[in-house]
Amino acid sequence: MKLRFASPELLVDINNIPGLDYHRVDADGSIHVGALCRHADLERSDVLASRQPAMAAAAPLIADPIVRNRGTLVGSLCHADPQGDWASVVTALGGHVVAQGSDGRRTIPVADFVSGPFQNVLAIDEIAVEAVIPAPKATPAGGYLKLERRVGDFATVGVAVAIELSGASITRAGIALTGVGGSTIDCADASAALVGGSLTADTIGQAAELAAQAARPRTDHRGSADYKRQIVRTFVVRILNRVVESADRAA
Amino acid sequence: MTSLFEEVNPEPADVPVRRVTLTVNGERRAAEVEPRLLLAHLLRQGFRLTGTHTGCDTTNCGACTVLYDGVPVKSCTMLAVQADGHEVMTVEGLANASELHAIQEGFKDAHGLQCGFCTPGMMLTAKALLERNPDPTEDDVRWALSGNLCRCTGYQNIVKSVLWAAAKMRAEAGG
Repeated sequence: MKLRFASPELLVDINNIPGLDYHRVDADGSIHVGALCRHADLERSDVLASRQPAMAAAAPLIADPIVRNRGTLVGSLCHADPQGDWASVVTALGGHVVAQGSDGRRTIPVADFVSGPFQNVLAIDEIAVEAVIPAPKATPAGGYLKLERRVGDFATVGVAVAIELSGASITRAGIALTGVGGSTIDCADASAALVGGSLTADTIGQAAELAAQAARPRTDHRGSADYKRQIVRTFVVRILNRVVESADRAA
Repeated sequence: MTSLFEEVNPEPADVPVRRVTLTVNGERRAAEVEPRLLLAHLLRQGFRLTGTHTGCDTTNCGACTVLYDGVPVKSCTMLAVQADGHEVMTVEGLANASELHAIQEGFKDAHGLQCGFCTPGMMLTAKALLERNPDPTEDDVRWALSGNLCRCTGYQNIVKSVLWAAAKMRAEAGG
């Protein structure tokens, strides 16, 4: 609004609505993040690290510490900035948004929630009340890495990887990218290349290559398109190697 | 007016206003504000508390940081109406009439400022950090201050100032 991109006739502040500042893990293992749960709450969460490592990794990388005191995950999804970090994390996790309107509630997969840059599909009488991350069916692993020139800058590249492991076997995978295209990029091919396999150097390398191919970076003051693609490749490998290392340590 | 940049023309008669009541540095204050007014501008122009600086207007630099119910926020990114019923602390609330706050002493002793523009935001962010973590490492301080930009010092002396204040506050609490 300060930049005059938007001049709404009426602005409704939801900050005073009680009961939306939660994040919790339900009995079935699904994670629910209320619309007023701040990034800082997620950063200091004692449940995320064990329940959903990709979210735990992303929370401290959102904007800067002061912004994290006010900003929210649900707000970030609604804002639908192609540079948003949470959109790729929630996409990789297959999450959805719950909208409440005068006709009741509906659930919108995050991939359908964003209709364009800074645009979402909420109706005029709806607000997004929570984001839901579905319960993992196996052991969740993954991470989020962001290259930024300094804290608070837009991501040069952000990579979210969320997988589920049953023993050594990958039963589910999601990879999504921030900052390397006109919207959040869901790397379906890279994810599919992981499912059914295990975390060998070959499968990791293949997923990284497919993710780099899915990226649509532009050369700008943050780096060349080739450089950004290389960062995507590197980050996918780095996140998955860390999963392997922590599994080795646990064994 | 404090600068031409912030000059605001008298409001036309048909502009809606909302009454807000908030506690600023322990004192209850009320004002009639346009709903679009930023908290930073209410503090600076409405209440003449010009210690809160506006550096970038884009939520980047942190010079406008104030404590909102004890939590650091960038006051250029909140509307004044959102502060209705809440407590705000600006840099003017740090010192009492007779002595500086330990954080202010730290910035003085360890040369934590040069031009001073970022200093109010730095000190308020530091205050919230030290309340949550009275014995921070250098890394903790750098992490906490990473949303406050300084273009003079290279941060070294700012970090030292906060660590100086932390030590003094711990000594005072222990003694």
